[in-house]
Amino acid sequence: MNDTYDVMIIGAGAAGLTAGIYSSRAKLTTLILNEGAVGGQMVLTEEIANYPGVPATKGYMLANTMKQQAKSFGCKIKSNIKIARYDLEGDIKKVELEDGRSFKARSVILTPGGRPRSLNIPGEDKFKGTGISYCATCDGDFFTGKEVVVVGGGNSALEEAVALTQFATKVTIVHQFDHFQAFKHAVEEAQKNPKINFIMESELRSFYGNGKLESVDIEHLPTGKMSSLKTDGTFIFVGYQPNTETLNGLVKLNERNEIVVDTDMKTNIDGVFAAGDSIVKKYRQVTTAVADGTIAALSAARYLSEKHVKAGELLEQEA
Amino acid sequence: MKMLQTNLHEIETATELEKMIQENENVMVCCGRMGPMCMPVYDVMEELEDERDDVKFAVMAFDNPEAAIIRNAPETNGFMGLPFTMYYKNGKVAHATSSIQNMQQVASILDEQFAEKV
Repeated sequence: MNDTYDVMIIGAGAAGLTAGIYSSRAKLTTLILNEGAVGGQMVLTEEIANYPGVPATKGYMLANTMKQQAKSFGCKIKSNIKIARYDLEGDIKKVELEDGRSFKARSVILTPGGRPRSLNIPGEDKFKGTGISYCATCDGDFFTGKEVVVVGGGNSALEEAVALTQFATKVTIVHQFDHFQAFKHAVEEAQKNPKINFIMESELRSFYGNGKLESVDIEHLPTGKMSSLKTDGTFIFVGYQPNTETLNGLVKLNERNEIVVDTDMKTNIDGVFAAGDSIVKKYRQVTTAVADGTIAALSAARYLSEKHVKAGELLEQEA
Repeated sequence: MKMLQTNLHEIETATELEKMIQENENVMVCCGRMGPMCMPVYDVMEELEDERDDVKFAVMAFDNPEAAIIRNAPETNGFMGLPFTMYYKNGKVAHATSSIQNMQQVASILDEQFAEKV
């Protein structure tokens, strides 16, 4: 059996699964390698209400449907693996896993997605699950009758802060700037909520507690003045970062470590395409990831087709 | 009644959990909901279930009243993040974690807690 796939997709979020559906349905042998859980950021979304043609649904359910759809067309999925090394140059691309296995393909679609950005300050890992959370929907009810801090100034931070007021007696939003990046309606909703107060132009510096989170240190950025705030919990919503660390130096990235692609989702390497939250783009939605994944799969199919024609011509010439 | 949509065995009663941990040397039980912090742990367990014959893997719905056996366990005191994941060895709690864990973290706990002690 030929152990070289036509298409190897790195990542199984909306973009990767869509690329898998398209390429496997086009009868291209397709393998998805996924370092995390299948579904990517979709499974971190409680409800998806704006995916056209699908009534409001849970993120994990949409992800599961996409996964089953890809598998039904013959797409192979290996998740929870760890990639050790890429060799993306040349006609045959190779990916080696940390457990020693390796996989080859004629084309690669990179869809590594992104992950919630952490603060990377002392105590953050220690209190994860005992006071620090990245999901208000999941853990909000543990903070019933308690006081919490929300870090961030985007839509997620303000919307989740409002949601947390169903449980917490007091929600303090800490934001690094003097204004919010969130949409006006989200800001107004938070500002009119009597349980929410704001600490602007400030950043968290460390977490403290004995067995569970008890307080945070906050620095007021214009003055450098430090203060301590007692809190039972901290919810962190400071955006997402692309999972492209292992691709640095292999494909062209921009200053934010996002993969640079053209309108056909081609990277700077022949036969290597990219799609989804990890590429340079303005709007990161399930729908845009699905669109990117579609384009990347069709571009990969065209690339393989052209390669095949050229290879055939060469064989004919040699004969 | 089953409440979790996973490919893992779902424990429905405290009695069933007690029986499982008495009959199996190494047991990992993830107690959660179908949410974004729990799903990745179920996914990890499904992957590991194929590889680790020495461990019995199961899930239990956090909102099942019978899951009080985990929710109120001394080892989960202070936990404020789903899922609550329990590791049992020889019928006793060997380790417990709160919130999301990745493959590396889970595998490391299994190796550490369930290794044969010489």
